Amino acid sequence: MADQSTTSTNVGEEAKTYWATNIRIISVCLVIWALVSFGFGIILRPALQSISVGGTDLGFWFAQQGSILVFLALIFFYAWRMNKLDREHGVDEE
Amino acid sequence: MDQFTLNLLFVGASFALYIGIAIWARAGSTSEFYAAGRGVHPVTNGMATAADWMSAASFISMAGLIAFTGYDNSSFLMGWTGGYVLLALLLAPYLRKFGKFTVSEFIGDRFYSKTARLVAVICLLVASITYVIGQMQGVGIAFGRFLEIDAFWGLMIGAVVVFAYAVFGGMKGVTYTQVAQYCVLITAYTIPAVFISLQLTGNPIPALGLFGTVESGENLLTKLNLIVTDLGFAEYTAAHGSTINMVLFTLSLMIGTAGLPHVIMRFFTVPKVSDARWSAGWTLVFIALLYLTAPAVGAMARLNISEMMWPNGTNGEAVSVEQIETDPNYAWMATWQKTGLLAWEDKNGDGKIQYYNDKSADLQAKAEANGWTGNELTNFNRDILVLANPEIANLPGWVIGLVAAGGLAAALSTAAGLLLAISSAVSHDLLKGQLTPNMSEKNELLAARISMAAAIVVAVLLGLNPPGFAAQTVALAFGLAAASIFPALMMGIFSTRINNVGAVSGMLAGLVVTLLYIFLHKGWFFIPDTNTFTDADPLLGPIKSTSFGAIGAMVNFAVAFAVSSVTKETPKEIVELVESVRIPRGAGAAVDGH
Repeated sequence: MADQSTTSTNVGEEAKTYWATNIRIISVCLVIWALVSFGFGIILRPALQSISVGGTDLGFWFAQQGSILVFLALIFFYAWRMNKLDREHGVDEE
Repeated sequence: MDQFTLNLLFVGASFALYIGIAIWARAGSTSEFYAAGRGVHPVTNGMATAADWMSAASFISMAGLIAFTGYDNSSFLMGWTGGYVLLALLLAPYLRKFGKFTVSEFIGDRFYSKTARLVAVICLLVASITYVIGQMQGVGIAFGRFLEIDAFWGLMIGAVVVFAYAVFGGMKGVTYTQVAQYCVLITAYTIPAVFISLQLTGNPIPALGLFGTVESGENLLTKLNLIVTDLGFAEYTAAHGSTINMVLFTLSLMIGTAGLPHVIMRFFTVPKVSDARWSAGWTLVFIALLYLTAPAVGAMARLNISEMMWPNGTNGEAVSVEQIETDPNYAWMATWQKTGLLAWEDKNGDGKIQYYNDKSADLQAKAEANGWTGNELTNFNRDILVLANPEIANLPGWVIGLVAAGGLAAALSTAAGLLLAISSAVSHDLLKGQLTPNMSEKNELLAARISMAAAIVVAVLLGLNPPGFAAQTVALAFGLAAASIFPALMMGIFSTRINNVGAVSGMLAGLVVTLLYIFLHKGWFFIPDTNTFTDADPLLGPIKSTSFGAIGAMVNFAVAFAVSSVTKETPKEIVELVESVRIPRGAGAAVDGH
């Protein structure tokens, strides 16, 4: 937990770590975001042809349903993770 | 009760509800008018944003777009939902922390440049106005079909209702009416879909029914593939277009969605930064309820219609003209024939209507052997799928009335959101920001209301006399949002190095190349026959003009970085502004600025 009375340099360091962690979380989320839509749904679809789902293949499922479900999970994960990070770094809203 | 009375009842009751909410939620201050006093609960805001986002295009057209092309149009599903990931991770929390009223205001402040703000306002106005034309047309069509009212009067009634809650209630009135409109539209979309899914697959959840099995035990999609290829059409689940184009098109829709001002500004209404994060998630939950159902509606409707035209496949007999005219199961065809959106013609005079792809070589051979002289279902507008669905599935009259109210709710809620974006751009960015900075809050509120009323008049006029290029301009709206607004916002938050000159050059470069590419393919200012290329044979390999927004965005990023690196560094106070935007603490303290 951050101490409210830390000096300004410490606050600056704290803000830097906070932002770097945020960027890392965003990057991981966006890699998954691209993988399920552009990857599984489009580019990698031929490679997943052998996995069948309800009369078609996994790539079709990702393109029409799977990616939307993963997007939902990503946004809620990000909101939960960042609200936690805010508290850890003492930058949450009172 | 006859169908007309039922439709009138449902539409009338929903309109009375919207007006009731308008009276209850009047806006008294600019903060209430622009941002609903920043007191909207994240779930409420999510629902309102979903209604704001899902337009007549989502409600009426999307299922049809997917039904008639299958897999290739999955881009719309991924693109229009994936944009919310970008919005939630890259824009919404920071813009809420910034705490001002408009998207252009952030661009103007962050890049300490009135020019940047002006460029953003112009992009915003062009994108929003082109978008609102389509909504107004949707209102006219829905009234025309369901209440048999002339499009002119339909539009007038729609305009009066929007006027009532948007002009008086501002963002506050619009938010709460959008919540009601979401409930109406999602019920109207889901009920027919559940019935159809039950009839075909026995599964009450359409999204699961899509991958389920039909009565014969085979998979719905397997059967659909067999039926459409039998009629000479492309296999439903297979990919047919260029992979590169599909990736770029999907990406353009995602970036465009995240950059549309009327969506972004909804995130200014929640109390805290953490609420903005949750709210983006709730928005996607409410959007997904429709978007997960839409592909099922599309596939099931396509299956139903193909089977109705060929009860035993093309080796059996096609449906007869007599049956279409007398069998109650085919009554919907006569209803929609009247609108001109569905047409058939017994070309070879055999008393039957052969529906097939007369461009397919296999089917041409079959047609010759059987004496068919071309496809006889001569017009089948894909937009009627969702609206005709309850009739095709023989659902009770009240469901049809509900669908009428749902289509209108989708069009009106999006129109109101766009009108709000337009009026705040005029009153807050142009008048207060550029021309009369000393305007009092009371006068600004009046100016906001007058510009909203003016925007409604313009939207009605354009809706009545839509420019011939109306349909194509949607690509323009997404292109502009993707190529100019999204990159400027993202760089403004994630880079302290981008300065005023860099941002303006980037936005202009993205804008110019995107406009140029669209005009080269669609004609200069959409004037027919002035195009040099076509989307069938585009300038750059497989990249169609509708997919160019993503490239425009990359140009914007590249130019902004290049120009910023050779010009003066951003001043210290701007770096501090960016740093404060990145930290959630202190968002509540944000106040009106100019």
